[in-house]
Order: sequence, then structure tokens, then C-alpha cells
Amino acid sequence: MIQETAPALTLDTRQHMLKRMLEIRLSEERIQGLFLENLVRGTTHLCVGQEACSVGVAAVLQPGDSVTCTYRGHGHALAMGMSMKALMAEMMGKASGACKGKGGSMHMTDATIGLLGANAIVGGQIPIAVGAALTAQIKKTGAIAVTFFGDGATNIGAFHESLNLAAVWKLPVLFICENNLYGEYSMWDKTTPIQNLADRAIGYGMPGIIVDGQDAERVYNDVKALADRARAGEGPALIELKTYRFRGHSRTDQAPYRVKGELEQWMQRDPITILKDRMIAAGQLDETEYEELRGSIDRAVHEVVEWAKAEPFPAIESLYQDIYYEG
Amino acid sequence: MPKMTYRDAVTKALGDALREDSNVVFFGEDVAVAGGVFKVTPGLYDEFGGDRVRDTPISEEAFIGAALGAAITGLRPVAELMFADFVPVAMDQIVNQIAKYRYMSGGQFTVPLTIRAAQGAGAGFGTQHSQCVESWLMNIPGIMIAVPGTVADAYGLLRSAISENNPVIVLEHKVLYNISEEIEDGALKPVPLGKAAIRRTGKDVTIVATQLVMHRSLEAAEILAKEGIDAEVIDLRTMMPLDENAILESIAKTHRLVVVEEAPHAGGWGANIASLAADKGIYWLDAPVKRVNMGGVLVAYSPPLEDEVVPKASKIAQVVRDLMKE
Repeated sequence: MIQETAPALTLDTRQHMLKRMLEIRLSEERIQGLFLENLVRGTTHLCVGQEACSVGVAAVLQPGDSVTCTYRGHGHALAMGMSMKALMAEMMGKASGACKGKGGSMHMTDATIGLLGANAIVGGQIPIAVGAALTAQIKKTGAIAVTFFGDGATNIGAFHESLNLAAVWKLPVLFICENNLYGEYSMWDKTTPIQNLADRAIGYGMPGIIVDGQDAERVYNDVKALADRARAGEGPALIELKTYRFRGHSRTDQAPYRVKGELEQWMQRDPITILKDRMIAAGQLDETEYEELRGSIDRAVHEVVEWAKAEPFPAIESLYQDIYYEG
Repeated sequence: MPKMTYRDAVTKALGDALREDSNVVFFGEDVAVAGGVFKVTPGLYDEFGGDRVRDTPISEEAFIGAALGAAITGLRPVAELMFADFVPVAMDQIVNQIAKYRYMSGGQFTVPLTIRAAQGAGAGFGTQHSQCVESWLMNIPGIMIAVPGTVADAYGLLRSAISENNPVIVLEHKVLYNISEEIEDGALKPVPLGKAAIRRTGKDVTIVATQLVMHRSLEAAEILAKEGIDAEVIDLRTMMPLDENAILESIAKTHRLVVVEEAPHAGGWGANIASLAADKGIYWLDAPVKRVNMGGVLVAYSPPLEDEVVPKASKIAQVVRDLMKE
């Protein structure tokens, strides 16, 4: 099922989005394998199936914008242009990782691209983006802040407090809910009494829109409109991206709680396939080129993983560094 | 010399910081237009405007988290939590975010933010508005904690906190807002974090205290002086970093240590001082370390009950007297 209602983006943007989504997909699949090899520890949360959300939003961002995101954040980081080497090395706790091995899967951070950090506390990242938007407003930079969170986070206090504060101060921040239908192991309708989470925007006097989160172009277009509005000083917005995670909540979750047939139905709406098919229909891509692209990214991911495996762990002294700034 | 109150010193520190650095912003509940519930922040909104001095909704988690977001993107925010008892309302942002942001990012950010709050018993605010909270916060590496007990420190520690490139929580004591000191023009200056002050020199016993109970310890020292006991009173001023040397040097001289806390006993910061003495000062000690604190008791509303709970000068003096017999 391909929706042709989204206004077409330029070929460059489409190619960029397709490439990024493939990078995310193939990295995530490789990360799952790294668990089985015991090279990634603790837990991780894959965003397979949700790639259009991060890629569509990232394409809207400009230099100087800030993002906070969730522990399902590898996709956000890669979509924003974080180095895959830094990501993979961080996954394995290596010194050359994005956070020098101190963060891990749930804390991908790259200040140089405005990624202020993925967060392991549900909703904890939301107020931080409000603060980044405050800086943009006071310094009149024209930048926006974006915060990603899941459907589960819309039931935590930080979400409500942040929307209210951002609205009262008319801050340039976009609250982006990736509603993947499950808050950890619980289906959203067991924990949330309304059909559309975007409706919560009404209570905070801001626009709330629902977007097909499987369609990167639609995500881009709808988010862009509200980003432009925020840059113009007209305040925050809540955007609900309807999406689905093709994997469980975290590494050990086989997702037995899924409604039968639901996964198969959503896999018919794979965000990569949607964009790929659209590009093929427009004569911008053929199957051979697609397979070549996919193959080259797969090889690149493989090379990065092998590189990261060979990287050294941090020196023990680094444990004692950066607790405080000591300049 | 003109007299200045602890309250005025805080106001002046905020004003001077806002004036000197355009990246400093200040926000909290009722701090702007109304000038703060403790009347600590009048005039700031008028002078610096609503962009830099802002009232917030009653949303501690959001605005403390926003302070972090602002700090890592180029501002130098000061956020007021009003009563320190509201610290736990924002605890996720303090413990999991602010304290860890630099560390878990591998040092990608500095976090130049200050949180102010008023703590302590003695003003009749009841159980949920009268606690001292530094002990809760001392288990969090990554933050600094200042506890000014004098007018000069109310100014100087806050100035240092605001210019510090690490997160600092400044806990003012609400009973001290009205104390005053003679301050020469231009005498107020930043007070370094991590340096204790000897408020009274003595040779017989070291009393370590902060804020209200530091003043009561000084009263106790005067009572004891009449009895021939010469007490040294150390005001810690900063709980993190802790000035261990000041404590150790003092007990090397006096050979006795009493720690006076406005806090419950279990997990109270006094245990850290006792542990320090046991660890690094045991051979200097001639007697056990004594802690004077609130035991396992809560702050109550009724005046005689509230008056009883925070260690008084007479109680401190008695503990010292008993210790001198050991």
C-alpha cells in the first residue's frame, strides 16, 4: 500500500532518505547479531520499522538545531549524521565511541551535530529540549529544538509539564511522539484512554497533528511546516507519528503480546519499501540499483563493525574523568 | 558600616551575575513579577526584563530539566526551586540528567547551571516545607552543593556557583534570610567552592556545622568558653566538594570532634565527617566522635515541637561538656 498523497521531494532528498533508512536498518540488524556474539552488553532497543520517523524529521533540521531522543535512539543518531563508527564503537564500549564508551546503546550523543543525547529515563529528555529551545529564543538564533519520545512517555509528568512550559513561553520546540503502539510490553490502549495522542496538544494550546510515520516524505513535509512555524516564533507543536517497531521492546523481548497478524500487517508498510517503490515508480531507481545500494551499505556496516571490534576499550583512568569539568 | 541581610546578599549576587554576563538567566516560581515568596528577588524582573528573568509554571521537573537544556546550549541558567523540599519533585532531572550529562556523554558538555532553594526548619512551615536536603544530594557525584551560613557567603557562594562550569545546588537557609552583617562597600566577593571557614578558633574541641546550627554552635562555644572549654567552630560552606583538610587540621589540633547537623541521623552528612575522622584522623582523636542531629524525628509544626527538633546551643554545649570528660 503506497500513499501517493505526500508531495514529492527532490531526488536528492529522496536518495538521502533512502540511504539513511537503509543505514539504520542494516546497522540495527547487525547490532542484534552483536548481542548474540556478546559484544554488546546490557540492553538495547532497536528501531527497525520506525526509520522513516527519524529520517523524515532529521531532514528538516538545520545546523544549530538541537535534538534529544529516546533510548531507542540509534536511528535518530544515524539520521542526524552521527558517524556509524562512533555509534558502533560506543555500542561495544570502546574508547573511540561517541561517548568514549561511557554511554552505551541508550546514550548516543554527538554535540557537534546538535544531538544532545538519547535518554534512558522515559520522558527525561523532554524538558532538556525545552531548555535548548529557551536558548534559541533568548539568543534569537532561529534554531529549533526537537525531542523524540514514545507513546509510553505521554503518560509521564515530564511530558505534560514540558508541553505546558513550552507553550507558556512560546518556545521553538517540536514534541515528536513516535507512537509505535506499545509502551514497553503494554499496548497503548491499555494505558492510555484516548485514540490519538496528538489530541493531548489541545490541553496545552498548541497544534497537534497525526502523521503517517511510515512515510518519510510525509513526515518531512508535515514536520517541516511546524518547524518553520516554530522558527518564526509561533511556538511549539505536538506531532504524533503513527509507526510500529518490527522487533520487541528490548533485546530479550520476543513480543508475545502482539496482536496476531499485526506485525505482518505493519510489515506491509515497511518505510524503506514505501520510499523505494515510490522512487521506482517515478523512474528514479530500479531494483538493481537498489540492491547495489543495499549491498554497499551492508558491506560498509560490516567493515565498521569489524573496525569497532578491533578498537581498544577505554583506559581505566577514564573512569575518573569528566565527572566534573576541571578547566 | 552599612548593614546587609542574607536576603539582600542573595538578591545582590543574582543582580550582579545577571548584569555581568548576558548568558545568565533566572527563572522559577513567582521569582519575576512577584519578587519571590521569600522576597529574595525583587527588582530583577524590572531591571533585566521578562526574557532573562521568568516566572515558571509549578512544574519543577520541566523547568529544572530546561535549565539543563539551556546550560548545555550556551546559557548560564539559575533556577529557583523555592522550598528545598521540592527537590525530590525534580529529582530525576537532578540525579539522572544534570549530574550525569557530562559524564555519560564522555565529556561533550559542560553544565554551568545553578539551582537555588530555601531549606531548613524554624520558620513554622511544617513538615513538608522545613527539611534540609543536602544529605539526599551528597550521594550524587557530578553536582556541587553549597550551604551559605553568613551574609558574605550568601553572596559569595552564589556568585561562585553561577560562574562555575559545573552544576551547583545552593541551599539557602530560610531562617537566616533576616540575619545581617556589617558589610563594607565592595567587600562582597566570590567565595570559592570547597573551602570551609573557621568561624571561631579554639583548642579543645572541633565543632563542624553549617548554616543555622553553625550559628547555634557559635552560641554553644560562648557558653562553653565561660566554663573554660575552648571550642573551634568550622563552617563547611560547601558539602561537595568537601574541605577535608580543614576538618583534619582542626582535629589534629583539638583531638575532639562534634558534628552538628540539621538533619536526621541515618545517612546524614555528619556520618561522612565521622567517617573521614575515623579514616584519616583516628590517631589524633582522644575521644569518640559525637553527632548532634535530629535523630529519627521529623519537623513538626507547633512552635515548641519545631523548636525542639533542631539542635539548640544548650544541647550542643552539653554534648561537648560530656565529651570533654571522656
